Amino acid sequence: MTTVTKAEGAPAPTGPDGFLSVRDLQVTFSTEDGPVRAVDGLSFDLHRGKTLGIVGESGSGKSVTNLTILGLHDPMFTTIDGEILLDGKELITATEKEMEKLRGNRMAMIFQDPLTALSPFYTIGRQIAEPYMKHTGASKRAAWERAVEMLAKVGIPNPKERARDYPHQFSGGMRQRAMIAMALVCDPDLLIADEPTTALDVTVQAQILDLLKDLQREFGTAIVFITHDLGVIADMADDIMVMYAGRAVERGTVDEVLRAPQHPYTWGLLNSMPRLDSDLGTPLSPIPGTPPSLLNPPTGCRFHPRCTFRDRVAGDRCVTERPLLGPDRASACHLGTEQKRTIFIEEIRPRLG
Amino acid sequence: MKEDLVLPTTREAGDDAVPEPLLKVSGLVKHFPVKGGFPIRRTVGAVQAVDGLDFQVAEGESFGLVGESGCGKSTTGRLITRLLEPTAGTITYRGQDISHANRKQLAPIRSEIQMIFQDPYASLNPRQTVGKIISGPMEINGINPEGGRERRVRELLEIVGLNPEHYNRFPHEFSGGQRQRIGVARALALEPKLIVADEPVSALDVSIQAQVVNLLQKVQRELGIAFVFIAHDLAIVRHFSQRVAVMYLGKIIEVGDRDSLYTRPRHPYTHALLSAVPEVTLTAGEAQQRERIRLAGDVPSPISPPSGCRFRTRCWKAQDKCAAEEPPLLQLSGNRGGHLTACHFPEEPTVEAREEDIVLDPALAALEEDQAD
Amino acid sequence: MLQFIIRRTVGAFVTLFLIGAATFFLFVAAPSDYASLACGKDCSPQRLADIREALGLNLPLAQQFWDFMSGIVTGRDFPTGHCSAPCLGVSFYSGDMVWSTIMDRFPLTLTLTAGGAIVFLVIGVGAGMIAAYRRGTLVDKVATGASMVLSSFQIYFLGPIVLTVLVYSTGWMEDPKYVPLTQDPVGWFVGMSIPVCVMATIFTAQYTRMARSSMIEQLAEDHVRTARAKGMSRKYVFLRYAWRGSLIPIVTVLGIDVSSMLGGAVVTELTFSLQGIGRLAVDGAVNKDLPLTMGVMLFGAFFILIINILTDITYAWIDPRIRLS
Repeated sequence: MTTVTKAEGAPAPTGPDGFLSVRDLQVTFSTEDGPVRAVDGLSFDLHRGKTLGIVGESGSGKSVTNLTILGLHDPMFTTIDGEILLDGKELITATEKEMEKLRGNRMAMIFQDPLTALSPFYTIGRQIAEPYMKHTGASKRAAWERAVEMLAKVGIPNPKERARDYPHQFSGGMRQRAMIAMALVCDPDLLIADEPTTALDVTVQAQILDLLKDLQREFGTAIVFITHDLGVIADMADDIMVMYAGRAVERGTVDEVLRAPQHPYTWGLLNSMPRLDSDLGTPLSPIPGTPPSLLNPPTGCRFHPRCTFRDRVAGDRCVTERPLLGPDRASACHLGTEQKRTIFIEEIRPRLG
Repeated sequence: MKEDLVLPTTREAGDDAVPEPLLKVSGLVKHFPVKGGFPIRRTVGAVQAVDGLDFQVAEGESFGLVGESGCGKSTTGRLITRLLEPTAGTITYRGQDISHANRKQLAPIRSEIQMIFQDPYASLNPRQTVGKIISGPMEINGINPEGGRERRVRELLEIVGLNPEHYNRFPHEFSGGQRQRIGVARALALEPKLIVADEPVSALDVSIQAQVVNLLQKVQRELGIAFVFIAHDLAIVRHFSQRVAVMYLGKIIEVGDRDSLYTRPRHPYTHALLSAVPEVTLTAGEAQQRERIRLAGDVPSPISPPSGCRFRTRCWKAQDKCAAEEPPLLQLSGNRGGHLTACHFPEEPTVEAREEDIVLDPALAALEEDQAD
Repeated sequence: MLQFIIRRTVGAFVTLFLIGAATFFLFVAAPSDYASLACGKDCSPQRLADIREALGLNLPLAQQFWDFMSGIVTGRDFPTGHCSAPCLGVSFYSGDMVWSTIMDRFPLTLTLTAGGAIVFLVIGVGAGMIAAYRRGTLVDKVATGASMVLSSFQIYFLGPIVLTVLVYSTGWMEDPKYVPLTQDPVGWFVGMSIPVCVMATIFTAQYTRMARSSMIEQLAEDHVRTARAKGMSRKYVFLRYAWRGSLIPIVTVLGIDVSSMLGGAVVTELTFSLQGIGRLAVDGAVNKDLPLTMGVMLFGAFFILIINILTDITYAWIDPRIRLS
């Protein structure tokens, strides 16, 4: 594989930085109403065999980030800055041919709605066999056998017959299994799962999530798991990154982010969703207001218009100064470290019941 | 007939019999015909969307309906509001049978039973102003509140947390959460006694869901409106509804007060459903304390549901009896009053982890066995 | 699938029967006095009676209807001679059998339709696809611009211009005319090339725009993105995934266009003074030649039904969701 030389200042290709490294990613769309910065200065690392959960609401930039990693954005309307390194290889400057060799082979993606994400025109078997033929050079027959084997692995009964079916003949859960089989057919190092269970029923979701975890253990795949559901992320991820309005606002391990969160937005998310055992007497504490428009985002901290702790920060720093997100365990908020800890323990934690 | 339409407004003092429920549903059935056949197309079967429901909703109560896709919960909502006509069974609203009432007979009831829909984008007319949308039901029903309709609309906007100044705006000028508030305001316009809310928050962002849930809760408590709250999210249903019914393939398989149902479920499906909910746990290791049940496959088609107990094809306890006999919805020994379960072989009333997980999914079982070695 | 085709074919025959009945009652049974129309201007009572006799108008209505419908299937005898199946009657104006008149004219209409369809499908859809593939580039802009301009043209405008340039002022080509293919293939090709190309140009423009927008819509589909995420090349995804989906709206419009052209391309035929089905329909209407008008109408209806079935079969071929449901 050819390596594209990068501008100086790029981190070492491999090493502790992780297998997937994103540095200061900026994604800007040009729209009729003006430029929209969908992702604004995002950096993260993902190690082999680990799962990074990205949590965010619509418009947080979580899906855009992942389409950009795969290079599936529309180049006509998108400007990208920063760098994305997959195993030391720079993806932003890679040619289309190079990206094609990586996609479906070393990095694959699962989408939210398996009904629209699978082509209605071809059989399930063919759609799974296709990338295998392309990337391994296998014969049609061998690729078909591989497709059947993958279908069996993800739990499709009678895989030999079902491989000849079309997506509309599968149930929702089965379709998502087929989608997983398709993504994993070339044994990729990186799997991006964009809300893969949002369209599914809860008992089927549980099956699919466990299946992904078990397959990850078997194949050693690194997973970027995108969702808006904190419960799902708690179940799936090793590390979590919380995104808001195109920026990462908090990161850490699952334990750190969900059990000792530091950012007011994360607090808000935790407080606004009921759990199966939460106290029934207390009403939910929603985050006031609505997510901002990225056409005209708030200055300083983008969360400040909705933040109930803004007055605890001296001066108008929240409005004027962008809080930075450090590496490792960090939160992008002007509150002091000790302040964050006390607020969570004294004011947030009790409301979680 | 105008005479038929008089609804009792006050209950006789000293009437110490069990109060008449606001809504009573018994033996409710809705089948949708399936066309097919050759050479002449005819009805060849039926989607048994709802197949024999019995439940009651008291005045001011919130009754939750949960279940997965195809369980018939949305159809039930549409039957109660009489957007659909039942195939069989009766719907009694305040003592009056409305199962087959015609348009004219329904008119006075329509204002008392309102509906809130899932999709706040599709359920508001984009060409009407908010004021027009909310006052629409008043106009249709010829209601002229004191101070005029406009004043009432502004009042309603305020109740649902919107700026009354936005009276003349159009739906597209609002965010998803705000649109759902408009939907709530419209439902409240006629001072309903019962609101059927069909997945009212599932299309909204997480941070917005809580705002709408709180609003509905405020409305329910302060205005004493009864709710039939339909959702697939078990935690939200528990949060909102005092009593909850679990549906599977057109039938209620378990119903009870929320505490009893969520902590002491008896039906295997309720167990499976609760154990499937992914949860944020506040302490590490807490997740392992809950039982883990992974079913196989998806819900079968409601066109040809399994005989006997409909859950038996995915149940780990199924025996011959389950295929032969449909289990009645009964109060099992050990259940709290009003907690009914339809199962021949009920589970222990606990959701704590079992000695061995129940994993019916063959792929999961295979992978987990490999990895255990 | 076979069931579907059988059901549709039976349905088509039923529809055709109903159209025949409707036509018959509208024209023959309506109080428009069929016979006096046939009789013409200087009509004597004796002649009118003869005509009534000859056309069978003295018979009961049900008998007349039966004769008309069975004539289509088995042929019928008129005093003027035998009319073999499918008998659509005798023209008042020329006295010829309607069916044989239609058959005389049909090769020209078929040439015009088939030739035009081939040209506008290959060039129009092709250009639209290329424009979509190279969206935003110069190629796209030229294709879009040209199709915008051309689709605002009309045959009766473009036709005379082309004739003036290629025939009248330069003499490079001869006036368009129809020579049967079996007689002189070269003459057939040369004679019909101008009308076919002029008509196709205008359709090409429409098909370019339609193919382009349909393709762009398909390229935005989730499953197309999935195919790209699998590492399939842009070209492959374009040709295998997006292309199929974009065919459905094209097939729909093509079916409507072709069936209406087979029923007579009136404007084209008149512009180039060609004697096709369209011209026949106009003549029938102008001369109040009811049997002819009815015949042409039934003939056109037949094609609409056939093409409808073919369109549905094509849908099923394109989309397994239709095929397997």
